[in-house]
Amino acid sequence: MAATNRTGIVPYLQAAPLALVFLLFLVVPLAFIVVVSFWTYDNYQIQPAFTVQNYADVFDRCIARLPTLCTTFRTYVSTLGFALRVWVLTLLIGFAIAYFLAFEVRSKAIQSVLFLICTIPFWTSNVIRMISWIPLLGREGLVNRTLMGLGVVDQPVEWLLYSGFSVTLTFVHLFTFFMVVPIYNSMLRIDRSLIEAARDAGASGWQILWNVVVPLSKTGIAIGSIFVLTIVMGDFVTVGLMGGQQIASVGKTIQTEISYLQFPIAAANAVVLLATVLLIVFALLRVVDIRKEL
Amino acid sequence: MAAGDLELVKLTKRYGGTTAVEAIDLRVPAGTYCCFLGPSGCGKSSTMRMIAGHEIASEGDIILGAQNITDLAPAQRGTAMMFQSYALFPHLTVLDNVAFSLKMKGISKEERYKKARALMDLVDLGRFETRMPAQLSGGQQQRVALARALVTDPGILLLDEPLSALDPFLRLRVRTELKRLQRELGISFLHVTHGQDEAMALADLVVIMKDGRIEQAGSPQDVFHRPATGFVARFMGGHNVLHLDGRPVSVRADRVRIGEGGEDARSLSGEVRGVEYGGATVTLVVHAADAGEITAVIPEEQFYAGPAELGETRSVHWSRRDEYVLQAA
Repeated sequence: MAATNRTGIVPYLQAAPLALVFLLFLVVPLAFIVVVSFWTYDNYQIQPAFTVQNYADVFDRCIARLPTLCTTFRTYVSTLGFALRVWVLTLLIGFAIAYFLAFEVRSKAIQSVLFLICTIPFWTSNVIRMISWIPLLGREGLVNRTLMGLGVVDQPVEWLLYSGFSVTLTFVHLFTFFMVVPIYNSMLRIDRSLIEAARDAGASGWQILWNVVVPLSKTGIAIGSIFVLTIVMGDFVTVGLMGGQQIASVGKTIQTEISYLQFPIAAANAVVLLATVLLIVFALLRVVDIRKEL
Repeated sequence: MAAGDLELVKLTKRYGGTTAVEAIDLRVPAGTYCCFLGPSGCGKSSTMRMIAGHEIASEGDIILGAQNITDLAPAQRGTAMMFQSYALFPHLTVLDNVAFSLKMKGISKEERYKKARALMDLVDLGRFETRMPAQLSGGQQQRVALARALVTDPGILLLDEPLSALDPFLRLRVRTELKRLQRELGISFLHVTHGQDEAMALADLVVIMKDGRIEQAGSPQDVFHRPATGFVARFMGGHNVLHLDGRPVSVRADRVRIGEGGEDARSLSGEVRGVEYGGATVTLVVHAADAGEITAVIPEEQFYAGPAELGETRSVHWSRRDEYVLQAA
């Protein structure tokens, strides 16, 4: 019975609800953004048209002035820089946490409890968790007061808050868990006898890590990387709040343009950003075949 | 690699409050095919894992050749283990799997592939070099695991139920193959199994374990002819364990005959409870009042010379010389 249904209309009907959700909430809005990115605008209104002017504005004199970077390129370099730093840090920390949970904690019950504890920060909103850093890192904050009290510094350390440092710190704090979950999931599937077999073959702890655990966690690493990279690339809240509205990011550029009602150029920027992120994701997928394990 | 006799001295393994292996002593001469036999939970796997170094012995010593290896790391012992599920690395090709331990030692690619290829030829795997483990059949995976274990030139190869994942037909072929390899390499194989036929067919030395202790260790003939305990007799099969003259006794089922015996024979009679045709032999079960059920395995033509029917009362007999007194359990 199941075999005959497979060729009929039933499977399509079963897939239809999700397909519809995707169509309505992802494909249609994206299509709108692409369409609007070719429209024109002035101070008062946006008008249907077909012009590539918005894209020309995004990359205004960018090629001509190389090697000096134009604003757009500088913004991308800054955003990519954050993405890279946050990616490396969340990967290292996330991998270590996942490894600890999956391999060092023997009892399944304690594993689950520790894993659930990791989710507790998600009980409050992102923004709350972000601004809770401010009393800690500010000029008169806890860290500076402690450092001055200990006599390590005479003047408050300025770069703790509203700096690249605080932005990176907050990103890492917020998104490491997105790295932990998929890596932990991959690690749980690693057959423990493989570790024993490696030890039997004379592999040291690091050799086991590098030759067995890392290759077999690749899928999780790739999925976690996609989460973290896409979030950081599109972020404007964290960069805004923790960078004291002084640090440029692609997301913030788009937000600013929207606040001036310049929707077409914001849309053009969004399309360029989307293309950049997709390139990164494709590059990742070329290195790791995710489908193999899903 | 220093091959030599393996000796276990008062070897003990405890997990919390339970004792898995209790002070066992055993000597396995170099170049022996040794089978650890017993029901699940008897401690045979724990013993092997302690020898391999994947479990730490709670007490006692493991001596290989002239060296006490009790506390050495697995790779320093001169042992290699073949895992029950084979534990092949799914992300590596067959060749890289076999060469894995050489890579860990930092041996150059060229040299380790050369060595790995030699081993793969030994187990007839040459054609599969570039395949991934998932693309191989169970029997092929088993051979990869074997080659991977042998690539370190171990003094003793430890095999944890190596045939249990194979289908019955393949099991027989691989069994022959294992014995051939052991002869060719001249090293000891330590093979854990719960199949007595496997142990009988392969072993020079059979070690039968129960509840963390060795019940009997000896050649297959010894163990089959003269089981030390009722447990061994029952586990090996083909034995009647009876209570005669106030002591436990074993009689091989194929030594029991139908009818009254002569002077030096013991005869018992009872109701025939089962007749089972098995080709060359017929298995007869007689319920004798005091002694209990007696199984007789009788050659076909002898049986049909005077066949027995279910429900009849018949006598059976055997030579008293075929009775072996067992240690009280």
